[in-house]
Amino acid sequence: MTGGSAWGKWTVRGYLLLTLLFLYLPIVVMTLMAFNRSPLYQLPFEFDFVWFRALAGNDRLIQAGLNSVGLAAANMVVATGIGTLAAIALDRYRIRGKALLQILLFPPITIPWLIIGTSMLIFFFWIGIGRGLHAMLLGHVALSLPYVIVVVGARLKGGSHQLEEAAATLGATPWQAFWRVSLPVMAPGVVAAGLFAFAVSFDQFVISYFLAPPGVSTLPVEIYAAIRKGFTPEINAISALIILVSMGLMLVFARLYRFGGER
Amino acid sequence: MSAVEVSHAVKRFGAVAALHDVSVDFADGEFFGLLGPSGSGKTTLLRAIAGFFELDAGDIRIGGVPVGDRPVHRREIGMVFQNYALFPHLTVRDNIGFGLAVRGRPRSEIDAEVKRMLALVQLSGLEARKPRQLSGGQQQRVALARALVTRPRVLLLDEPLGALDKRLRQEMQVELKQIQRRIGITTIFVTHDQEEALTLSDRIAILNEGRILQIGRPAEVYERPETAFAASFLGDANFLDGRVLDRGSVAVEGLGRIPVAGALPEAGATVRLAVRPEKFAIEPAGAGNANDANRIAGVVRGAIYSGTSITYRVELRAPAAGGEARTLTVFRQNLAAEPLAIGTAVELSWSSANTILLRS
Repeated sequence: MTGGSAWGKWTVRGYLLLTLLFLYLPIVVMTLMAFNRSPLYQLPFEFDFVWFRALAGNDRLIQAGLNSVGLAAANMVVATGIGTLAAIALDRYRIRGKALLQILLFPPITIPWLIIGTSMLIFFFWIGIGRGLHAMLLGHVALSLPYVIVVVGARLKGGSHQLEEAAATLGATPWQAFWRVSLPVMAPGVVAAGLFAFAVSFDQFVISYFLAPPGVSTLPVEIYAAIRKGFTPEINAISALIILVSMGLMLVFARLYRFGGER
Repeated sequence: MSAVEVSHAVKRFGAVAALHDVSVDFADGEFFGLLGPSGSGKTTLLRAIAGFFELDAGDIRIGGVPVGDRPVHRREIGMVFQNYALFPHLTVRDNIGFGLAVRGRPRSEIDAEVKRMLALVQLSGLEARKPRQLSGGQQQRVALARALVTRPRVLLLDEPLGALDKRLRQEMQVELKQIQRRIGITTIFVTHDQEEALTLSDRIAILNEGRILQIGRPAEVYERPETAFAASFLGDANFLDGRVLDRGSVAVEGLGRIPVAGALPEAGATVRLAVRPEKFAIEPAGAGNANDANRIAGVVRGAIYSGTSITYRVELRAPAAGGEARTLTVFRQNLAAEPLAIGTAVELSWSSANTILLRS
């Protein structure tokens, strides 16, 4: 693997470059087109903020955006709270069937969202929850929990329990031990998990689409609806904003998670 | 007065008895080693004193006060964990000051105490570092300073030097003992390292399968182990099985009459004797220097050279009762330039004072 030959080294680099191009070229083109004046994506490129101005006047998209941010923020708080407590419990206590419980956390990540969305829709109707922002929040929380538990759990692994024991021998009450030791030690993991939960909700389409009542929508749902009617660079503009936010979250997450890795 | 008293402690984890009616008194100011293999209950005993769980039966007193119903944080103990358990998000200063901070002491007092502890463990100048910026030995010192700053009634050490390399461990042993002497704190430490136990302890308890087999000063326990387990766990031992002849001797098959001091059972009873490998004198057969009471003829079958000493495996001329060969392990200080060659006929001799009678 050390790549003794120059030929091998350049092959690897070329491969990496192609992969990055494949991933990012569409995004770059899309973002650039948000700043192009032509409504038909025509070249030559003429720099203009016209589509951002149009966006500023689009109440439907703005309302959808507010819904998305509000939903993602609520989801972040709820899912991070519940998930962190669950991660602590899984780390700390001997629970019957703990291994099974931990395995059961993963299928929601692998089962297609379409199926999860459908089953939630049917189930929510069946028990009377119905559709609406509250139902969407429930769905998003359920979807985010495994991520939160895994992210916070990884941070707890490796002796946070023993740190609490050490605090106790030094005279700290359980509350002091939690507040002064456990919480600060796991804080980067909790913040990272919160960002993850925010992103999971903010990017969620299928479940939101299924659980949104008429007249209520989130950004991804609204974009989907807009595209069906006809493609305009306004979509590029909103997409560019979303990309900006997502990349920002991703960077913060990566930074925190690197901290989470070292001890 | 006893600083810590444990009486008839019983602890079961599921079906396994981790502590099986353990009683031991730790004297004020003594350095006490709990020695045993993993699963012997030594760590369980230490954690019971710390208060990490309740005993199923029995009683623990610290400073004369029963602490059975006191949680860990009210037991006034100090503890050093095997991997130190330093708080990774706090500086050295805040790690050491933690015990005072949670007690709500004023900042000025905490600073003064931290400074005093840093001087004690020779870490002055490192107060602003985070634990991950310290070497293993430095982390160990911080853990010790952190445990001592609250002036606990007893210091508990869980394999405190286990994570250090050999040279550093030896240095820390000396330092740990000096610090303990200087502040005179009752110290209980858990180890599976026999050399560490012998070097550091005023007294040792040998544990196996949840029971204390023997308590005594290091030399007592080493020279007079009471059980075959104690004899072979603390040091090495050669075992000789025999039958009691009379009040002062035992017949061992092929070796004849071996004089034994101590209270022997009635004649005819089977007993087990032990002799430590370093207690033998070994010389080529016919050299004629041996003047100890007990002599055995044998042949060198193996030799392991380890610098300061040589370990010989000597097969006895006389087979055991069943006819199978018997070999003894013999340590010899590396005085001669040439080790004895394999196949050399030798004579082993030892003083009767070094024959140990074991309890069956």
